[in-house]
Parts: sequence; structure tokens; C-alpha cells
Amino acid sequence: MTTDAISTDVVIIGAGPVGLFAVFELGLNDMKCHLIDILDKPGGQCAELYPEKPIYDIPALPIVTGHGLTEALMKQIEPFNPVFHFNQMAESLTKTEDGKWRVVTDAGTVIEATVLVIAAGGGSFVPKKPPIKGIEEYEAKSVFYSVRRMETFRDRHIVIAGGGDSALDWTLNLQPLAAKLTLIHRRDEFRAAPDSVNKMRELVAEGKIDLKIGQIVHLNGAGGQIESVTLKPESGHNENIACDSLLPFYGLTMKLGPVANFGINLHQNLIPVDTEKFESDVPTIFAIGDINSYPGKLKLILSGFHEAALMAQQAFHYVHPNRKLRFQYTTSSSDLQTKLGVAAE
Amino acid sequence: MKLFVTDLEGEQHEIEAMPNWTVMEIIRDGDQPMRAECGGSCACATCHVYVAQEWLNKLPPMEDEERGTLDGGFEVEPNSRLSCQLIMTPDLDGLKVTLTNDSSN
Repeated sequence: MTTDAISTDVVIIGAGPVGLFAVFELGLNDMKCHLIDILDKPGGQCAELYPEKPIYDIPALPIVTGHGLTEALMKQIEPFNPVFHFNQMAESLTKTEDGKWRVVTDAGTVIEATVLVIAAGGGSFVPKKPPIKGIEEYEAKSVFYSVRRMETFRDRHIVIAGGGDSALDWTLNLQPLAAKLTLIHRRDEFRAAPDSVNKMRELVAEGKIDLKIGQIVHLNGAGGQIESVTLKPESGHNENIACDSLLPFYGLTMKLGPVANFGINLHQNLIPVDTEKFESDVPTIFAIGDINSYPGKLKLILSGFHEAALMAQQAFHYVHPNRKLRFQYTTSSSDLQTKLGVAAE
Repeated sequence: MKLFVTDLEGEQHEIEAMPNWTVMEIIRDGDQPMRAECGGSCACATCHVYVAQEWLNKLPPMEDEERGTLDGGFEVEPNSRLSCQLIMTPDLDGLKVTLTNDSSN
């Protein structure tokens, strides 16, 4: 409802490096931002895919990790007090009576803004779904890619699949509740935190959980209720493991998601923009970073930064239609320095 | 140099292979479907391919990092590799790989 709606100047979908830097460029030009991201933290791909990998092509930073870059950007935009809405996906976009955009997330957050900036990179990070025949009919009934409420799994016969931190964390968390818990992984090595792996091994040794090595090749059941999974070991015969719940944790993949239904022109899942304003075919909707396309586009973080700066110039005209845009440098402008909180007394 | 890529429909494509490019990049440059979401940083398993048996022992052995990242892949077989970790060299001229649901679906 409109009464509960948050009102702001700009809503940014995606809190990756480009979305974060957009807060800076918009902030210098007096625009307040709210950001929506499906992850539980800022940084986008930098945080999710390669937090510890060094990046060498950020201007003036000879080497920085994905995590380090995110931290630095968060510090840089701090003066502008951006508001983050994490663990949420922008689900619908409509126009309000007074011509603003109304974005509603899957968590029910409603944000109204003059300008929408899509900085969604490769799309939303969503759980990878195993390509097992017929898995769709079990999804949300007895196959789950996340745990919303642990109680759902009390006294259940659970199979958890995967070898990373999510698989191990949920194995340790759900074991005390479960009637039976089986962890399935392709190999007898785990990439999760060593402490979690040790705890899991202890539970296996105590007979409190089963560990099976192999890959799930079939789901058996009816009407959406799983009854067993068929496990293919590296050698030997297939084995059926009885269960009533399957939790696959194979990491995340990127899907464009609801942005595809926002009424913006798309080409091969990218948003075509002009190279002056980085605006989509819908005025006041901009696309910056990996999600846009234009002749000569390079999917580089630095390109996204440039796009954010130019986008902010046009966004200013929409948010402050009666003001004249004044181009200033942070080195010399006391006005900008005041906004950044670094002005001399 | 050539790279032979079999797609999910079983059709084989002959692609021009550039030395020192990764097999992932060559497949992408050759306009075959290649998700490679992380862009080649061995972080996502969406460049997973099967390598033809006769080529397996000509490839450099898998590092721990690649083996670990393959945990995020599906339908992993003994001839599974991440194509972003395979660098094209003259002795791999004619290498045959098959795309997977991970890399091209």
C-alpha cells in the first residue's frame, strides 16, 4: 500500500560495485538512494563469486580483492547514507499516480522513486537446480533450495546434497531436529570451513548422520512427495536412499528474473542503452554495468563506474527538474566537500 | 589450431583455436553456448565440459581449486573439466570436448 511506501529519489536494483558507485555519483548531485539486492551483503559478484580473488584492473588500485573493493566502495559512499534492502528481489514495477516508479520486492518492501537504476549485473543470484528429470514437480513440496524455517524439517528424513558451506551448515543445524539426515556429496572432500567439516565427520563417526559419496541421478516419489533419491556412486551399483525431504546446495547461479517483465526493451537478456545517459528505452529507467549493452560495451567494473557517472547527470534533471546542474570537482568544490563531510571548518 | 566442440544436441562444431586462450574463451569466441558466469576465475562451474577420452592424459592435471569448484557442477564424470582452466597449446590441436547442462543450458 502507498501508505507504507518508502519515498526516495533513486532506487537501485543491485548492490554490486557499479550499483554502489552509483550512490556516490548520485549523492554528489543531491540524490538519495535505496538499493535492493538478493544477496545478504553488498558486493554482488565480487562478494559472491570471488571475494578473495585479486582484481588487477581497477584504476589506481594495482591489486584489490572483490571483498576489498566492496569494503572501499562502502566507505566511499558512507557520507550519502544509502539504505540497503538485502535478501530481497525486486519483483514488480508499476507507475504511481504522480508519475513515480513503485518497486515492490518479494519481501513486501515498497519503494517509490523518481528514477530507477538497474545495476543487476548478470541477474539475481538464485540457487542452482540439479538437472534431474522431474525435479520441478517436487520443488517447494519436498525439494527445497533454502531453509526458511528449521521447524519445517523436524522429525523429517532429510537428504542434503552438496559439499560447500551451505550444505555443511545446514547439515549441522538440522541434524538435531531430523529423524534421519543423510549428507550426499560427489567426493569425500569438502570445501566448507574446516571446523564444520570436522563437526560433520564427528557426527558421522557417532552414527548421528550418514555420509554417502556419489551423485543423485533420480528422484522417486509421487504427487510432489519425494520418497527416495537414487545415488550413483563413483563405482558400483546405484543405491536408493529413503527420504521425505531433499535440500540441494550446489551454490548460486545468475538469472535475470522479474526485471525481464518490467516492460523495458531487452536484447539477449541485456538492456540496450544509449551511451550518453545510459538510459533504457523507458525514460527515467537507466541500466549500468554488466546488464546493459551498447556498441563497444566491455563488461568491466571500470566501465560501469563511468556509466554511473554519466547516468547521474541525466538522473539529476529528472529528480531536480527546476535546478541547473553544476559540474564540480571534489578537489576544489567546498559544496561537494561539505556533502562528503570533509569540508574545512 | 582446431577445437572440436560437441553441443547438447550431439552436433560437432570445428572451431578455430587460438594459442594461449582458454578452451572456455575459444568456445565462446566460436559462438557456441558458454555460460561461464564468473568470466573464467574458476569460481562457478558454468564452463564445465567433458573431454574426449583420448585427450584426457594430454591435459594438465586438475588443481585442487578446479576440483573444488566442480562441486558446484552437475553430472560430473571422470572426464569432466572446467574449460576456463584448460589453456590451448599446439599439442592440444584437435582437442575434442562436449558441452554440458552446466555450461550451455
